[in-house]
Amino acid sequence: MLDAVLNALILNAGYNAALVGLGAALLGLAAGCTGAFVTLRRRALTSDAMAHATLPGIAVAFLLMAAAGGDGRNLAGLMIGAGLSAVLGLAWLDSLSRTRLPEDAAIGATLASFYGAGIVLMTVIQNLALGRPAGLDSVLLGSTAGMLRGDAITLAIGAALTLGLLLLLRRPLIMTAFDPGHARLMGVNTDLTDRALLLLTLACVLLGLHVVGLILIVALLIIPALAARLWSDRMETVALLAGAIGAVAGYLGAALSVALPDLPTGPAIVLITFTAFALSALIAPRKGILAQTVARARLRRAAISGRR
Amino acid sequence: MAGPTPIPMPETALAISGLTVAYGSVPVVATVSARFPKGSMTAVMGPNGAGKSTLLKAALGLIPAVTGEVRAFGDPVARSMPRIAYVPQRAAVDWEFPARVIDVVQMGLYRRTGLFGRLTPGLRSEAMAQLDRLGMADFATRQIGALSGGQQQRVFLARALAQGADLVILDEPFAGVDAATEAAIISVLHGLRAEGRTIIAVHHDLSTVTAYFDRVLLMNRRAIAEGPTASTFRRAAVAEAYGHQLLTAIPA
Amino acid sequence: MGSEFVPLTLPPLVIATLAALACAAPGNFLLLRRQALLGDAISHVVLPGLVAAFLLTGSAAPPVMLAGALAAAALSALMIEAIRRTTSADPGAAMGATFTTMFAAGVLLLELSGASATHLDVEHALYGSLEALIWIDATDWSSLLDPAALAGLPPELPQLALICAAVLGLIAALWRPLVIATFDEGFAATQGIPVRLLSAALTGLTALAAVAAFSAVGSILTIAMLVCPPATARLMTDSLPRQMGLSLLIAATAAVLGTLAAGYLPLLMGLPFAVSAAGSIAALSGLFLALAAAFGPRRLPLSRAA
Repeated sequence: MLDAVLNALILNAGYNAALVGLGAALLGLAAGCTGAFVTLRRRALTSDAMAHATLPGIAVAFLLMAAAGGDGRNLAGLMIGAGLSAVLGLAWLDSLSRTRLPEDAAIGATLASFYGAGIVLMTVIQNLALGRPAGLDSVLLGSTAGMLRGDAITLAIGAALTLGLLLLLRRPLIMTAFDPGHARLMGVNTDLTDRALLLLTLACVLLGLHVVGLILIVALLIIPALAARLWSDRMETVALLAGAIGAVAGYLGAALSVALPDLPTGPAIVLITFTAFALSALIAPRKGILAQTVARARLRRAAISGRR
Repeated sequence: MAGPTPIPMPETALAISGLTVAYGSVPVVATVSARFPKGSMTAVMGPNGAGKSTLLKAALGLIPAVTGEVRAFGDPVARSMPRIAYVPQRAAVDWEFPARVIDVVQMGLYRRTGLFGRLTPGLRSEAMAQLDRLGMADFATRQIGALSGGQQQRVFLARALAQGADLVILDEPFAGVDAATEAAIISVLHGLRAEGRTIIAVHHDLSTVTAYFDRVLLMNRRAIAEGPTASTFRRAAVAEAYGHQLLTAIPA
Repeated sequence: MGSEFVPLTLPPLVIATLAALACAAPGNFLLLRRQALLGDAISHVVLPGLVAAFLLTGSAAPPVMLAGALAAAALSALMIEAIRRTTSADPGAAMGATFTTMFAAGVLLLELSGASATHLDVEHALYGSLEALIWIDATDWSSLLDPAALAGLPPELPQLALICAAVLGLIAALWRPLVIATFDEGFAATQGIPVRLLSAALTGLTALAAVAAFSAVGSILTIAMLVCPPATARLMTDSLPRQMGLSLLIAATAAVLGTLAAGYLPLLMGLPFAVSAAGSIAALSGLFLALAAAFGPRRLPLSRAA
C-alpha cells in the first residue's frame, strides 16, 4: 500500500494517475486563488449555496441527455445544466436578499430548497435505473475513477481561463472587497466586479464537480485562503499562496485516492487542505497561535509591572 | 481587624483599577484607573478609538479584560450587577427585531420576573409609567423599527429606568438624536442624579460637557485626567486626549 | 383507504412533521441571531460524530448516536471559534471551513472503516430514508388503538416525539430570557441572564433537533426546516410569538404536503415509483418562502417599507 501511495505521488502510477493528479492540482490552484478574493469579499457561504444549487440542473441535464438517447454523464452537458441551475439559484438568493431576511438565512434557504429539489430529481434518476451502476453520485463527493483525458484537458483550460481573468481583474476585485463605496467613487463598477467574482467562483465550482464534488468544493475555495492570510497581509501574496496550497492539496489528495481506491477524492483533498491550515494557524509568524500566546503573555507582564 | 480606621471617603459607585483590555495582542485600554463617586454624573470623553466604550463594557464584564479590578458599591462588579443599568449604543441592536416598544421596556423588569417568571399587571403598568416619563406612552405598541433615532434612545432609557438601577451607564446616548430628545434625556438623567443615583455616559460634544456633567474622565487608551468638570475639563488635558486641535472654546 | 396509507405513509408523515416542528422552533431564534446556518453546519458535522461513536462503541443505539453527534457539534463550535480568533476571518468562512472539514472526515471514516457496509452510509446521511420508516404491524386505522401493533411502530417515531416535545417545552419555558438575550446580549448580561449558557443551550437544542431529525430524515430536511419556515413567517408578521406559531404551522404543512406529494404525485403522473420525501419537503418549504418573499405583508426591510 505504501508503495502504491509513493508511486502515485511521484507520477509513477501510470498515465491516468498522473493525469488525475495534474488535473486536481490545476483545480486547486484556480480555486485557491479565486477563494482568496471570495473570502475577502465575505462570499464564502454564497459560494456554498451556489455549489448546492447546481444539483437540480445536473439532474435535469442528465435526464434530458439520457432521454435524447445520449450518455447522461457527458461532462460538458452536466456542466451546462449545473451552471444554469446555479445562476437560477443566485438569482433567487438575490431576490431573497432584497427582503428583510438577513443574508445568512437567504443563503441557507437557497441551499436547502435547491438541494432538496435536486435530491427529488436524483431519486427519479435512480428509480428510472438510468444512473446505476455508473451513477451520478460522483458529483456529490467527487471521484477520480472515471476521469478521462478530455476531462483533464477541460480542467486545464478552465483553470487557465479562470486564473487569467483573475489576474486581469485583481485591482477592481481588491478595491471592491476592501471598500465598495470608495471603489465606486474611483470609477470601479462594483456590481459588475461582484458579478465577475461570482462567475469566477461558478467556474471553480463547475470545474470541481467531478473531482471534489459539489458538497465539499467550497472548502477548496475557503480553507487555502484562510491559511494564506495567516502568512501575509498583501492581497497578491495571499492569493498566490492560497493557490499554491490548493494546488498541493489537490495533487496529494488525488494521488492518494488513486492509490487507495476506497478513499473518496473530495474528502481526501479537503482534509489535506485543512491540515495545511491547521499547521499555518499554529506556526505562522505574528498571527499564529504560538506567536500570539507569546505576545499576550508579554502584554500581561507589561500591564502588571506598569501598575506597580 | 486591628488596623487604624481608614479615612472616610465619599462613597464610590464604581471603582476601576488598572484595567487593561486587548483585541488580539493590541491593547485598546491600557491600565486605566478611575473612580466614580455616588450621586455624580460623569462624561467619559476622548477621540474615536480611545477605548471609551471598551472601558465601560469591560468594567461590566461584557468583554474580557487582560488585567484589572472593578468594584461597584464596594463589591465585585458581578455581585452588584442588579444595581447597574447599561444602555448600549443604538447601533448595537437590530431594530428590525420583531418587538414592540413596550416589549423592550418590559425587558428592564427581567430581574423581578426571573428565568421562568411572567409579567404581572402591576409590572406591566410600571413599564408603562417609565415610558410615560420619557414622553413615549403613545408609542407603546409601535414596532421598534418604526421609531426615529431619538425615540429609540428614549425607549432604551425607559428600559434602564424600569430596572430601578442605582448606577446607569450609557454608551453615547446623544449620538444621532434630535435636540428635543437630548433635552428630555438630560432632564431625566438630572432627575436620577437628584435622587442620589450615579450616571456615567460616553459623551462626544465638547460644547455641552460643562452644562450636562459634573465630572469628566478624559482618556485616550490610558486615563489622562479625571475629576470635577470645572477643574478637569481644561485645554491642556483635552489637547492631550484629542491631540493638538483647535480648542479655543475650552478654558485654559 | 387506510390499509396502505396507515402502514406505509402515515409513519413517514408523522415523523417528518415531528422533525419539522423540532427544527423550525429553534430556527426562529437562530434567524434573529444571524445564525441561520448553524443548522447547516451542525447537520454536516453530525456525520463524523455518528461514525466515530459507532466505531468506538460498536453500537448504533440512539443514546450512543446522540452522544457522538453532540460531541461532534461541540467540537465544531470550538473549531469555528478558534478559526475566527486566529484568522479574524468572517464567521461565514470559519463556519464553512469547519463543516466541510468535519463532513470530509466523516465520509473518510465511513469509507475507510467499512462501517458503511454495516449500518450507516453517506447516501442515507444526505437523502435521509424517510420512506423506509414503515409500520409493518399496522393493518388499517384501527391499528392506532391496538397496543400490539403500536409496539411495532418504527422506533424513530417515539424518539422524535419525545425530542420534539422537549425542544418545544424548553423554548416555551425559556422564552423571555431567550428573547431578551437575542435582542440585546450586552443588556441581557447585565440583567443576570446567563447569555453564554443560553446561547449554548440554543445551540444544544438545535443540535438535539438536528441530530434526531438527521438520523430519520437526513441532513437536507434538517437544514430546510431550520431556515425556511421561520424565514417565511418572518416575512409575514412583526410579532415574535406570532412568527413562532406561524413557522410551526408552515413547517407542519410542508412536511405533510411534501410527504404526500413525494408518495403520490409521481404515481398520478404515471411514473411507477415515489421520489425522495425529504427532498420534496425541502423544495416545498422553499416554494412557501418564495411566495412569502413575493407577497408577504412584512417582506420589505424597514428602510424600504416606509
